[in-house]
Amino acid sequence: MTDARKSGGSTVALRDIVVRYPGSDRNAVDHVDLDVPPGTLVVVLGPSGCGKSTLLRTINRLVPSESGTICVDAQDVRDFPATQLRRGIGYVIQAVGLFPHLTVAQNIAVVPQLLGWDRARIAERVEELLRLIQLDPQRYADRYPRELSGGEAQRVGVARALAARPRLLLMDEPFGAVDAIVRSALQDETVRLQRALGTTILFVTHDVDEALRIADRIVIMSAGRVVQYDTPLHVLGRPASPYVEELLDTKDAVRRLSLLRVRDAMRAKAVDGQSQRISVEATLREALSAMLDGADALEAIEDGRPIGRLAFDDVRRAIVEST
Amino acid sequence: MSELIPALRGHVLLSGASLAVALLLGIPLGAWIARSPRVREAALGLVGAARVVPSLAVLAIMIPLIGVGFAPALVALVLLAIPPIAINTDLGLRAVPHAILDAAAGIGMSERQIRSRVQWPLALPVVFTGVRTATVEVIASATLAAFIGGGGLGELIVNGLANNDVASLVRGAVGVGVLALAAEACLSLVERRWRGRWGTGAA
Repeated sequence: MTDARKSGGSTVALRDIVVRYPGSDRNAVDHVDLDVPPGTLVVVLGPSGCGKSTLLRTINRLVPSESGTICVDAQDVRDFPATQLRRGIGYVIQAVGLFPHLTVAQNIAVVPQLLGWDRARIAERVEELLRLIQLDPQRYADRYPRELSGGEAQRVGVARALAARPRLLLMDEPFGAVDAIVRSALQDETVRLQRALGTTILFVTHDVDEALRIADRIVIMSAGRVVQYDTPLHVLGRPASPYVEELLDTKDAVRRLSLLRVRDAMRAKAVDGQSQRISVEATLREALSAMLDGADALEAIEDGRPIGRLAFDDVRRAIVEST
Repeated sequence: MSELIPALRGHVLLSGASLAVALLLGIPLGAWIARSPRVREAALGLVGAARVVPSLAVLAIMIPLIGVGFAPALVALVLLAIPPIAINTDLGLRAVPHAILDAAAGIGMSERQIRSRVQWPLALPVVFTGVRTATVEVIASATLAAFIGGGGLGELIVNGLANNDVASLVRGAVGVGVLALAAEACLSLVERRWRGRWGTGAA
């Protein structure tokens, strides 16, 4: 990890946000409240037209909210000029957001340039970021976006958003245009970066597996409203409404879990002797129930001896990978 | 042979001046058209109608309006060159993908920075195509300027026809051809390098 410095994450608080587009007869975002703790990766999930992108875009004021307040680190976003606000918040959109007439290095340098950094500092930061996203600066700095693969372009998009060390990153369906294998690599990369930098991330997607895979918490939206805001574990195990159940196809997910054993998903890991125990032959469905009842992690027991550990991260990987 | 050089110089001067004026008027016009669909509709209708009128007729109309010589030829050629420049400016500006403009706004560029750093640079190759079209049209049509005393290589053709001087006629005709082809070749070369590099510009 080249970038050892943690920039930390912002707290985001939305209060009673309403957005209505001109000419529309209903609110695109309808009285939404949301609290995002610092350093969490929150996924906003819902079908197209549910207002999830609109909600995201109110935070950097690309979409004006009709009423309500939005605070980032306890400061109202309307207290700043929009351009200044946006330079402090990373923004990543689907695939083509890179500027095709600028090289990779120039793309990444845009925000630092807008902020008036000097050349040496920008050059250093660009190199640091290319290493962070695991692209060789020698080979990639002077390429144009069209010379990159979809996955590489998307990583450069993330690097550009991170250039000025934002404490908040907004990602709007960022991996929608890349194929499934590259997408899961990018998802893992996002989680890795988020853990390393401590950045707060708001991530919009309509892809249920993507949400389950990366989210610390999931916001589920329908027709402009938040219908559930909870951890993936609870969203899956205790869907708040039939709508959530259907959107996530939770019954199917739980059915799939009942076909998998603890043995298949656990990690052979040092055991602390503190956690609740479960047989290696138990199904993941049983493990999920134990977790819903409050167990953070389970000790997998074979012949009376603990041989591994199972956490929710292991369960959700099993769900995503069994599709 | 001695008339060739001054005629060529006159031709280049007339074409160059016409293009320069057409750029100064056509690009802002195109930018204006790009901003409003209603203006675009009206402007494109007008341009479409104007294009039907033959170049020679436009030149002829200039005689009762501003007489003969360099000036009326210049005005006629400017009118001829504005449409391709304005249309391609409009096209180029509107062809910039919305996602790119959205990204530019989202990372904190001001409206002005978006225009100058993103939208115009990306529109430029398309605008340039319009300029290329206009250049070739102007060089070709400047030949007709001789009919209203505007000078240029057309004079060699007009004189050749009048005096039954085939050599002069051929010099004029070949001169125009070579000039137009040379301009076209240079401009396409520039354009190809541009597009190849960015891989953009969809007109």
